[in-house]
Amino acid sequence: MPTGAIQATGEDVADSVRATRRPIWWCGGVAAVAWLAAAAVTNGWPDDGDLGPTGRLAGCMAVIGLLLLAMTLTSRYFALPRLFRTGPWLVALALLFGTWELVSAKLNLLPRPFFAAPQSLLEVYIDDWPRLIESVAHSLMLLVTGYAVGAVLGFISGVAIGWSRAVGYWMHPLLRFVGPLPATAWLPLAFFVLPSSWTAGVFLIALATGFPVTVLTWSGVASVNAAYYDVARTLGASQRFLILRVAIPAAMPSVFVGLFMGLGGSFAVLVVAEMVGVKAGLGWYLSWAQGWAAYSNMYAALIVMALMCSGLISVLFHLRDRLLNWQKGLLRW
Amino acid sequence: MVAAAGVRLAKLSHQFRLRGAALPVLDTIDLAAAPGEFVALLGPSGCGKSTLLRLIAGLERPHAGRVLMSERSVEKPDPSRILVFQDPTLYPWRTVRQNVALGLETRGLIRTQGGRIDAILRLVGLDGFDNAFPHQLSGGMAQRAALARALVNEPSVLLMDEPLANLDSMTRLSMQAELMALWQRERFTAFLVTHDVEEALYLAERVVVLSRRPARIVAELAVDLPYPRHRGSERFVELRHCILEQLGLQVDW
Repeated sequence: MPTGAIQATGEDVADSVRATRRPIWWCGGVAAVAWLAAAAVTNGWPDDGDLGPTGRLAGCMAVIGLLLLAMTLTSRYFALPRLFRTGPWLVALALLFGTWELVSAKLNLLPRPFFAAPQSLLEVYIDDWPRLIESVAHSLMLLVTGYAVGAVLGFISGVAIGWSRAVGYWMHPLLRFVGPLPATAWLPLAFFVLPSSWTAGVFLIALATGFPVTVLTWSGVASVNAAYYDVARTLGASQRFLILRVAIPAAMPSVFVGLFMGLGGSFAVLVVAEMVGVKAGLGWYLSWAQGWAAYSNMYAALIVMALMCSGLISVLFHLRDRLLNWQKGLLRW
Repeated sequence: MVAAAGVRLAKLSHQFRLRGAALPVLDTIDLAAAPGEFVALLGPSGCGKSTLLRLIAGLERPHAGRVLMSERSVEKPDPSRILVFQDPTLYPWRTVRQNVALGLETRGLIRTQGGRIDAILRLVGLDGFDNAFPHQLSGGMAQRAALARALVNEPSVLLMDEPLANLDSMTRLSMQAELMALWQRERFTAFLVTHDVEEALYLAERVVVLSRRPARIVAELAVDLPYPRHRGSERFVELRHCILEQLGLQVDW
């Protein structure tokens, strides 16, 4: 951000005190027009059939358009750089929603009910939000528990295998034999053996998370530069110090690769477990909606699920950025 | 100023096992360094100089013979004898300050003696870089941080394994002068492994020349020149000539 760096100089500070020299956010103006146009089409063109709260949808679009318009008009005085950078995306989204509205609700070019119109999704959110919220809560609870158990156990066993020859001798064959088995293969057994479907879900998610975390923690610990140990040893380090302060921090980049892989795997197992056995959560909501041929509900739930998964990945990225801020050239999420 | 300690190597031999066969690296080395002495070890590459330092540090146990410090047998690594490597080997996840603090942490002294870190960072000219990460440092600065990490523990013996070999020639010259000043100030017993003859002559009170593997002591030269030394002086050139001859190099200039 070269402009940000230059702003620190004296002359530019004086400029920003005068506070009138900022450029207008033209892209915001274009986005405002696009959203208002989409609102007008949605409201003015009659739907092909009864699809849902079309008026409210148009209202939402209009509100977005008006907000963008207001921000464009005041952009000389109040700059919101992070929002302003998303300008082209805001235009594209308006076009996307407008087109979707046209081909589904207005022109009926996409076969219903398999393709839902935007207002139908809005209707689901308005009518069924308590159940959706509850499903998200159930899914999160199950996922976080299973993931935490898997990550902690995987990390500990990875460090143990990487550090101790004896543990490696016994664990390695087990890991090679059982690890590659997809966690979902345990599904029938888990629901049969474990006391509740919830514990079975936790077990499966922990399994899916634990394998990659174990392997990558192990490989991280095993590939620590031997000179790091020599340095610590000449400085009088104990065995405990070598594990906690040398091996583990040096292995963390690799551990995080495992954590990311484990998170991806845990999403898949979560959905399958909820579709098959656990009687709550977004996976259950999806199969329930399918049972009623409520396709709008499915789309609505898919969007919520995408937000949830993306949010969790972001959380993990933030955690990594904080813990591994010493690494250079980190990928920004 | 630290309590320097004498180091004595008594009939020290060492070998590695390579696919079942014994590979001798050191052959009955007898060598003694007085407390506070600066000894340089010169020899062809791969002759076992680094192994010698690892044995003195206690990172490895000798195959035969003994390493003695203040006439006590060296059994394991100890912060009183610190090894500085050719690579700075700073921990990339720690800042300069945290790297320097390493020895104080392992010994549980960080609470009481943490103040020494600032002094030592100033001594090696790294004040202001406390919170930099290793990847932000130049080669010379990283090696200075590695020296600080050793010196903060006030070692009696400092073992240096070609610490300046990876630096550019300009930085190397100025680091040699800094190393000289540090040694004159702290007066630890110093072992410097190098294959730079000038570096050995510029810094050391005694230069020990080793043979090809398995390394034996070929020659020992007392460098009878006052500090600071001048690389162009007649005696300096004469000694360099003499050492190069001992190393078996053709000296036509």
